Amino acid sequence: MWNYSEKVKDHFFNPRNAGVLEQPDGVGEVGSIACGDALKLMIKVSPADSRILDARFQTFGCGSAIASSSALTEMIIGKTIDEALTVTNQDIAGYLGGLPPEKMHCSVMGAEALRAAIANYRGEALEAEDDEDGALVCKCFGITEGLLTRAIRTNALTTVETVTAYTKAGGSCATCRDKIEMVLGDVNADMVSEGLLDSARAFRYRGRGLAEAAPVTTPAPARPTAPARPAQVRPSHAAAAKPAAARPAGGALTLVRKIALIQEALEAVRPTFQRDGGDVELVDVDGDTVSVQLFGTCVDCSMSSFTLHMVQEKLSEALGRPVRVVPADDSLAA
Amino acid sequence: MEPAIYLDNNATTRVDPEVVAAMLPFFTEHFGNASSMHGFGTAAGAGLARARTQIQALLGAAHDHEVVFTSGGSESDTAAILSALAAYPERREIVTSAVEHPAVLSLCQYLAKQEGYRLHVIPVDERGRLDLEAYREALSERVAVVSIMWANNETGTLFPVEQLAEMAHALDIPFHTDAVQVVGKLPLKLADSAIDMLSLSGHKLHGPKGIGALYIKRGTRFRPLIRGGHQERGRRAGTENVPGIVGLGRAAELALAGLTDENTRVRALRDRLEQGLLARIDHCFVTGDVDNRLPNTANLAFEFIEGEAILLLLNREGVAASSGSACTSGSLEPSHVMRAMGIPYTAAHGATRFSLSRETTEAEIDRVVAVLPGIVERLRSLSPYWNAAEGTTKTFEPAYA
Ligand SMILES: Cc1ncc(COP(=O)(O)O)c(C=O)c1O
Repeated sequence: MWNYSEKVKDHFFNPRNAGVLEQPDGVGEVGSIACGDALKLMIKVSPADSRILDARFQTFGCGSAIASSSALTEMIIGKTIDEALTVTNQDIAGYLGGLPPEKMHCSVMGAEALRAAIANYRGEALEAEDDEDGALVCKCFGITEGLLTRAIRTNALTTVETVTAYTKAGGSCATCRDKIEMVLGDVNADMVSEGLLDSARAFRYRGRGLAEAAPVTTPAPARPTAPARPAQVRPSHAAAAKPAAARPAGGALTLVRKIALIQEALEAVRPTFQRDGGDVELVDVDGDTVSVQLFGTCVDCSMSSFTLHMVQEKLSEALGRPVRVVPADDSLAA
Repeated sequence: MEPAIYLDNNATTRVDPEVVAAMLPFFTEHFGNASSMHGFGTAAGAGLARARTQIQALLGAAHDHEVVFTSGGSESDTAAILSALAAYPERREIVTSAVEHPAVLSLCQYLAKQEGYRLHVIPVDERGRLDLEAYREALSERVAVVSIMWANNETGTLFPVEQLAEMAHALDIPFHTDAVQVVGKLPLKLADSAIDMLSLSGHKLHGPKGIGALYIKRGTRFRPLIRGGHQERGRRAGTENVPGIVGLGRAAELALAGLTDENTRVRALRDRLEQGLLARIDHCFVTGDVDNRLPNTANLAFEFIEGEAILLLLNREGVAASSGSACTSGSLEPSHVMRAMGIPYTAAHGATRFSLSRETTEAEIDRVVAVLPGIVERLRSLSPYWNAAEGTTKTFEPAYA
């Protein structure tokens, strides 16, 4: 029998916010019955301030899947959409007083459902979402490269075994092991270059990674320093809908003009960063993708994705069109 | 809370207090080594001899020396299969079934992968019945051993092993059966069968854990797994676990005396449980070969809900059962037995096993019939696949599926 925390048992035996939400503003559905767990998250959002007024779930799955869903709804009600987007699977597991390593995928499912529900609320098509999520890596459980990347980053995973425990990928026929190793190697390498991971722990696709030789294969579900990131840097519904305040007359911008506008907007937000001992700097502009470098406390704090989102909103406003703001390394990889 | 209701006897059983009583003197008074030439050894040796005849009686074996004591079911399975491979080194094929216990299946898969054996895994149909045609085709003079279980631990389904053994014998192939779930539950007469080797385990029949036996029919070629001293006539070295063996012997004696009860009263309780649940719960069905299975086992699949959640809620009501769901094992897939039978995923994750024993009472069964419908309903009300209004499923196709 699993050694579940009292909090997990409480949320399983007395689930909060279970059931159907009538006329939801956003619905996120992840998992499938074949996988053994599936979650449908429904949210109601206040149009005035983008606050989540209500959240309900329906879950097919084991004790920790139901508990994770229940905890998730409790965590996000009252948060704004942007605040909710900073909730990671680690937060869900932490809220529950920890989950057994083999059950961490339940918390990942919660975080993914939240992401899907918010994307749905913002009117982003799910198909587009899927494309953006990259190639399907594990066919048995329908796990995409995007999901793997997020789970590896958020939880600082460095072994194939933990990737399987957190996402299920490779947990059935295991033919995708090579692909998982490749994604793991790439993401770990990125994390090392960003200073988010000690290179001695990183998985190396070519040759035996040190991490694999190390005896520990199940990391404590403690909160790692690596913040969640990519899920949040999407053109936001809110930003796109804002009046185009600074939209110049006469259509398309020249590149120089565009960069000038971006610089101007960044200057306007810098004091906010500097107050917290950090800073932000423009690195590159490629079409509608703007890469920026975050410094100081912004990098490591779990709010960095939130911060990026804030920058993105400001820039979209300044340019009068939605743009995508990514941390500098991301654009290099793309 | 009411006293616990233990319906997981296929996993393990309570050691009968009479078994414990029989064992105790062999820890303290008769602690000797059976090989020793003094009184202490003699007492231990007498304990072993009695246990051997008690097992012989339960198995209906022709000779007591056909019984070799081991550390349990897994060791017996391993010893039998590896012995046959060693005895017939020129034969490079193994025949087994898709629903074996991992003690057999993992070993066979290992042998196929690491030692290059060709493995024939005989499939089963949706009721868990062995594909006899596929079995017939797999048999040839290249096969070193057939290992096919007598009763399945998850569904209780019985395979016609006596017939299978005769088919193997026609081609001079040694036949082993994992009978861990059968011994003590059905009357056996191995003296009249073509079965060459048979595994049994003490803790499935109210005996201690870590003790078991391998039946080896007289004349069967045998190569020991553990070499060393001359214990068990050189077929299994190591100083005997005398208290365990004495306990196993007493457990066999009690099981033999209880066979009628097992096949009448216990069987009726099992049927009462199944019928009670089927009548009260929609979208659920019995898995396995309903007309041909162990008297104590009921495996019901509850659709659109997941087994671990069922077990946790049952446990809160003081009911112990088990599940073929993925989550309970820490694996990510539902049981290989459910998948081999082609049970749809919608039901396989909710497959729940109730295994009774001679200690089970009618009041316990009625309590399970009373509490389980509420548990199923509760979990279905949480399930996105269940539409309470229509009492059926609805379309639910999540983003990644
Ligand atoms: C069919 C079957 N074979 C083998 C075993 C293994 O027996 P043991 O636990 O004594 O090694 C079991 C029980 O777990 C079983 O049910």
